Amino acid sequence: MRWQEDPILEVQHLKMRFGGLVAVNDLSFSVGRGDITALIGPNGAGKTTVFNCITGFYRPSEGMLSLRHADGTTYLLERLPGHAISWKAKVARTFQNIRLFTGMTVLENLLVARHNPLMIASGFTLLGLFGLPSFREAERQAVEQAKFWLEKINLIDRADDPAGDLPYGAQRRLEIARAMCTDPILLCLDEPAAGLNPRESHELNELLLSIRRDHGTSILLIEHDMSVVMGISDHVVVLDYGTKIADGTPEEVRNDPSVIAAYLGVEDEELDKVEAEVGL
Amino acid sequence: MALNTSHAPAIAAPGAASSVTGAQVATALREAGIAALLTLGLSIPILAFKTEQNQSNALYLQPRWGVVAVVCGLIFLVRFAVCLRAMRRAAAPARLKAPASPFVQKLFGIAVPLFLGVALTYPLLASLATGGLAGARYWIDLGILILTYVMLGWGLNIVVGLAGLLDLGYVAFYAVGAYSYALLSTTFGWSFWLCLPLAGILAAFWGIILGFPVLRLRGDYLAIVTLAFGEIIRLVLINWVELTNGGAGISSIPRVTFFGVPFDSSENGFASLFGISYSPMHRMVFLYYLILVLALVTNVVTIRLRRLPVGRAWEALREDEIACRSLGINTRNTKLTAFAIGAMFGGFAGSFFAVRQGFVSPESFNFLESAIILSIVVLGGMGSQVGVAVAAIIMVGAPELLRNLGFLKQVFGADFDPNEYRLLIFGLAMVAMMVWRPRGLVGHREPSMVLTERKAISGSLVKEGHG
Repeated sequence: MRWQEDPILEVQHLKMRFGGLVAVNDLSFSVGRGDITALIGPNGAGKTTVFNCITGFYRPSEGMLSLRHADGTTYLLERLPGHAISWKAKVARTFQNIRLFTGMTVLENLLVARHNPLMIASGFTLLGLFGLPSFREAERQAVEQAKFWLEKINLIDRADDPAGDLPYGAQRRLEIARAMCTDPILLCLDEPAAGLNPRESHELNELLLSIRRDHGTSILLIEHDMSVVMGISDHVVVLDYGTKIADGTPEEVRNDPSVIAAYLGVEDEELDKVEAEVGL
Repeated sequence: MALNTSHAPAIAAPGAASSVTGAQVATALREAGIAALLTLGLSIPILAFKTEQNQSNALYLQPRWGVVAVVCGLIFLVRFAVCLRAMRRAAAPARLKAPASPFVQKLFGIAVPLFLGVALTYPLLASLATGGLAGARYWIDLGILILTYVMLGWGLNIVVGLAGLLDLGYVAFYAVGAYSYALLSTTFGWSFWLCLPLAGILAAFWGIILGFPVLRLRGDYLAIVTLAFGEIIRLVLINWVELTNGGAGISSIPRVTFFGVPFDSSENGFASLFGISYSPMHRMVFLYYLILVLALVTNVVTIRLRRLPVGRAWEALREDEIACRSLGINTRNTKLTAFAIGAMFGGFAGSFFAVRQGFVSPESFNFLESAIILSIVVLGGMGSQVGVAVAAIIMVGAPELLRNLGFLKQVFGADFDPNEYRLLIFGLAMVAMMVWRPRGLVGHREPSMVLTERKAISGSLVKEGHG
């Protein structure tokens, strides 16, 4: 099990409390380096809350989120300021409701993701103001990287169109490309297949597999679309009511009675039997 | 019925689309009649009677049915025209509105060199038109005033238009710049060219001071706090009498010099140095070019900043702050740079104001100034440099035109002063703008980086920012 031997992210005893509501309770799991890990569960199970804790939008009430780079550097994500999680720890994310810069072009969206490297290349604006060659070169590289991703997601022809004009599926792909332009080692995708038709979600699978294969980026995704979850993920973590109810390979999870119970419910006559099996 | 008639021609052939049927005219007439009746009813308590005093000081009502008839007639005509127009528009086939037609884009291509040419030769044009440099004094003065507002508009455009932070207290930085120059030059005798950058730095410093506490605020809350900041600066200027001389202001601020050469009739003066006869207008012309250069520097720096990562981050911040954070942009620092750089240009403009007037007092920096500068930015189209310049000319130049409409006195009688209607016209113009061009004069956005083809981005996609 790769997620036990070489975890890139370890979530330990994560607890997130909103006033009296405990959205995530004592959750521990690991994400393997190079794995595609799916976080699934019924609506309201606390999946997005976990994401928001990992990517610094929420500060966890309790628990530790440690991210380990391949060179051994470890970041405690719950202690980093929000913007450093992307810049220093190299964790990128997308959003359940797409958050593109709709009034900016597709190319500009990708260049915004290169903000920090370009900021340094522009000498924090001072050198860039005079158009020094070193900045020009950095800018050219950023455009090259953007072009690479635009070709990969088939949007190169629409590079100069505003992002808000793209169809829904293209916006989803663009958001993933934008996250990838920050050179992440862990990519967190919040329902990337939501609203996609079967062909588009097949393309998404291909894109995610190639991201993992060609860029060595580990992927953590929240998803309801089981064709995506079962098709590409190596490891599935199931949440219900803020606690983990199952954790394993897709096959293990698929046959886990507590998962079936959480998703489908159980017949009244089977209730005692299932509860005994699940250990309630 | 009205619904049917207005929709039926839409299905008909396009040739018939622009004509209006008799039934539609009848509907429009009925609508207009109702509006006129409503006006009649409303005007009875408001307009129809005027209280007058007779010789014995007793009040009596003077009926004014003539006025009521004129107003009702006007309302009738206007309503009729509006109805017909709406029907014609509904009948016409739906036209797809391009974000910017080739004509508009061509107009844009001409507009910038044209503006620049006129701005560069303006003192010459003005003196040719009025027959001499001395006669052009009023016009050059107006030019300076307009350019000051163009510069302020461009400065505020960084904060409001690009970063999407609604700042209602921009005049505070203008005041900081003006008082910086006034105090530094009167106390230490420093020259304008030394004080100008210092004024900018001080204003930027105050921009950061303001920026820090308000970073967490968004939208309306941010607007209110910046408004309060503007008032605080003004009240400090009034009440800190030892430093600022209070409401009396600071007078006898050193005048601008031609890089050290004074504009006077002395032997070392500008005129004798260049061997021309002395004219007080030399200083005016120099001031004009000074503010032109300052404004152009503001413009060039803004255009460059937009193409740098920091400018792109400002615009991204305006579009979606949460996405910015997820991409590793330090939103706090980015907002602070927007505040500081916007404030810096306000400070430059302020020190120019002080050197031009030779006198500063807190009265010059009231809320109305902030409101005018903000209206220039909003009217121009948020984020658009050309739009802001045009809006400044309209907002500052048009009220001045009112002073020169002497012929209206012949129409409305000798005691008619068009200047009194300034705010009324201003308000009407604002309402009209919001109806026809809610995104400002230039409603589209130019992309900061282009791969193959430059396309203007429709204003409907661009967000205004919310904090």
